[in-house]
Amino acid sequence: MALDTVAIASAHPDLDQPWRELGLKEDEYARIKEILGRRPTSSELAMYSVMWSEHCSYKSSKVHLKQFGDKAPKSDALLVGIGENAGVVDIGQGYAVTFKIESHNHPSFVEPYQGAATGVGGIVRDILTMGARPIAVMDPLRFGPADAPDTRRVVSGIVAGVGGYGNCLGLPNIGGEVVFDETYAGNPLVNALCLGVMRHEDIKLATAHGTGNLVVLFGAKTGGDGIGGVSVLASETFSSSKATKRPSVQVGDPFAEKVLIECSLEIFAEDLVVGIQDLGGAGLSCATSELASAGSGGMSIQLEKVPLRDPSLSPEEILMSESQERMCAIVEPAKLARFMKICKKWDVTATVIGEVTEGTRLEITFNGELIVDVPPRTVAHDGPVYNRPIAKPAYLGSLKPTLLPTVDTADKIKSELLKLISAPNIADKSWVTDQYDRYVQGNSVLAQPEDSGMIRIDETTHLGVAISTDANARWSYLDPYNGVKLALLESCRNIATSGAKPLAVTNCLNFGSPEDPGVMWQFAETVRGLADICLEMGLPVTGGNVSFYNQTGATAILPTPVIGVLGVIQDVTTRTKMGIPGARLQLFQLGNTADNFSGSEWAYLYGQMGDRTPTPDVATEIRLINLLLVAQPLFESAHDISDGGLAAALTEAILRNNIGATIELPGADIPGGLAAALFAETPGRILIAVDPKNVDAIQALAEKYEIPLHKIGESGGDSLVINDAVISLNELRKAHTETLPKLFG
Amino acid sequence: MRIGVVTFPGSLDDSSALRAIRVAGGTPVPLFHASDDLREVEAVVLPGGFSYGDYLRCGAISRFAPIMSSIIVAAEHGFPVLGICNGFQILCESHLLPGALTRNEGLHFVCTDQPLIIENTSTPWTSGYTKGDRLVIPIKNGEGSFQASAQTLAELESEGRVVLRYADKNPNGSKNDIAGITNARGNVVGVMPHPEQAIESLTGPSIDGLKFFTSVLQSLVGR
Repeated sequence: MALDTVAIASAHPDLDQPWRELGLKEDEYARIKEILGRRPTSSELAMYSVMWSEHCSYKSSKVHLKQFGDKAPKSDALLVGIGENAGVVDIGQGYAVTFKIESHNHPSFVEPYQGAATGVGGIVRDILTMGARPIAVMDPLRFGPADAPDTRRVVSGIVAGVGGYGNCLGLPNIGGEVVFDETYAGNPLVNALCLGVMRHEDIKLATAHGTGNLVVLFGAKTGGDGIGGVSVLASETFSSSKATKRPSVQVGDPFAEKVLIECSLEIFAEDLVVGIQDLGGAGLSCATSELASAGSGGMSIQLEKVPLRDPSLSPEEILMSESQERMCAIVEPAKLARFMKICKKWDVTATVIGEVTEGTRLEITFNGELIVDVPPRTVAHDGPVYNRPIAKPAYLGSLKPTLLPTVDTADKIKSELLKLISAPNIADKSWVTDQYDRYVQGNSVLAQPEDSGMIRIDETTHLGVAISTDANARWSYLDPYNGVKLALLESCRNIATSGAKPLAVTNCLNFGSPEDPGVMWQFAETVRGLADICLEMGLPVTGGNVSFYNQTGATAILPTPVIGVLGVIQDVTTRTKMGIPGARLQLFQLGNTADNFSGSEWAYLYGQMGDRTPTPDVATEIRLINLLLVAQPLFESAHDISDGGLAAALTEAILRNNIGATIELPGADIPGGLAAALFAETPGRILIAVDPKNVDAIQALAEKYEIPLHKIGESGGDSLVINDAVISLNELRKAHTETLPKLFG
Repeated sequence: MRIGVVTFPGSLDDSSALRAIRVAGGTPVPLFHASDDLREVEAVVLPGGFSYGDYLRCGAISRFAPIMSSIIVAAEHGFPVLGICNGFQILCESHLLPGALTRNEGLHFVCTDQPLIIENTSTPWTSGYTKGDRLVIPIKNGEGSFQASAQTLAELESEGRVVLRYADKNPNGSKNDIAGITNARGNVVGVMPHPEQAIESLTGPSIDGLKFFTSVLQSLVGR
């Protein structure tokens, strides 16, 4: 194909262009022509198509997401907000942390190992780009039914990919989720969270200013992988995706990323960059247009200088390539020599590919021919905005209340409990998490299966941070507004249970097609709920990610807003673990249990969804969090009661250290009877173990914070005894731990 | 007492090894692969990680780093060297230790708190332990299955050169449950488990790994 230049585009305005194949709509193509006053060159068309895709432009979600700004709570902690690569919060003592979750869903179905691996790689570069050293990752994962034929391929590949990449980068994997549900068959969710730390003064931004400053591309060479990945894979459902000549899924090289991290941190430490941007989705198109539009606007790039892995790439392909492990920096000429020297030390390829110019145009030449001449803002930020039709989905009119068996005998208690704790969603996840390195860097204070992951930030002062990610997609399906509120409250509770104070929020919103008004309603309700709950809790949203088109044919995934909450703990040595540490401790449940099984794991085992979520009680949750924080010294262990109810929480707390327990639960006295006491997932409840000498103190605090406190039993022995039911620890462990290894080998 | 830790491209547990030396009371000295200068250290740790991305074979490229030529010469003269995980792999590739580390039997990366038994306390890295001591130290690797010829295994066993053995459960198919070995002279030790990740109860499953580092400091004092 001959080179399509700006001159040719002006001279031949009527050329038929493949805008439709690139995922653009007719009016979008018309808008590009209007902006440029001519037809785009093929390179410009490539840039606009990829930057205006749903994945890059947030065109369907933008109108809703602005609520995060409109309803933002006042926060002194927020140093960098939404819009940069990742938000940054102040955690005190001069430290700032940055954290963010992103999705890599579609690529992970097509090629599970590489899809998941490059998902980790991408989010790590986002964190690095802020000037931070990445210090931990977490991976909320969702798959089709555990026993479905394709699930094993997807699970094995994704888990190995997350581990293969993260382990090789030396980032401890400290938490996440593994959930199975029919709607994720064909639409697995791979969400990757990364956490980074820096000193306040080291924060870096993605901006290109200072005429004459140089644009330096460093890291891996550019290849043909991932071309069209963004616009094709993330913008259309599978049934309509088109074959491409090259692999659409990117291929990761974690070793290249590891040296890129060390090289970049050394460059940052010497203050050698004006601005920095990683190359992720939309590759150079995104990096150059975002850097330029965040600066004064002017930039010139000589595209033939880009080092190529495949010399046959066309300029359009170079612009769209999503080859991994690349960064783009803006460097003052006087600092270039030092910059290059550090790159050489780490054997990182670095090339000057252009410079910041006066004026407001992004001009890209290829061997001297002008092939791109655009106002960069129009590419990076002025994409189309859709206010898509919204309609409350019909299924909400036909929800049925749950109808579940009564649990009234010792045999029933035992059989139902063993069934529940061996179900794939509740069973022990070591098969997954043992494939991740949780120790590297030597600062992991807590890691899965603890309530939150916790990292020591300062070895001298013991300052630390905790992170938890949570979603309850079934609750979001029943009521997306309250569902996401409950997810955020659970995440806060997990943080506080471990002893940290919630500080800031990130999110990854996974949904079906925005072109379905029902899905769009779920999305709109979710964003409204999340913005409201963040305001009520006083927690700023620091950033997030939206993933649409997670559906096969007409069936969308359950609406899955994954919420990540970051907390701060002043002294990590005071953290509380989930496992009951010894015998003769008194066991209590904080919070009341209600008679509602809707969306619970136990109801799911009976194929039932139910009809209503619990009602979020924010005032009580805030009192509970405050109680958890002041009562930390009185806890021998503490564990949030959520998925699988008290039965699952007890199992996990007992098996952690193999300390049995004897539990007395009221049967007829509470609504829903023994079944609710064991299996209901009423939010706002914590299982705690308390030394007898501290019981009075706990009671006084619970009274002060107006949180119900129920004595449920005592630790000790080699069984879990619930009323008349006796389950040996061996039976319990076998049921809880054998499920995943049996399914996935 | 200066103890060096080598950073190769792709080393990951170098910062933890430096910390462990500090916690044990030594002076940690970072060493860089591209220089052959041992910076007057009196012992050296090759840390865990994925040097050169484990490309070709684990440790196969690092073995040719300039720093390794100095370490190989020093090791042949009795200089204490500890290779942890990837460091063990590099020592095997350098022929300072026999055998090879291959893909785990279950084909997965395995991160777990591993029970171990101390078998040999005559090396500078294990002199603080008592033979038969039971330790719990993390393992975290994809290629930790120790393999060697029958003759080499017989030599290792008869000469008492197995330093550390997996207890309860062999996590990766290593021959004779071998988790760590030493050379004939006893100064070069390679272990798959990560003692540098078991030095504080806050961040590790135990503090059972600390004695690797206090042992070498004591043995250097007594030399």
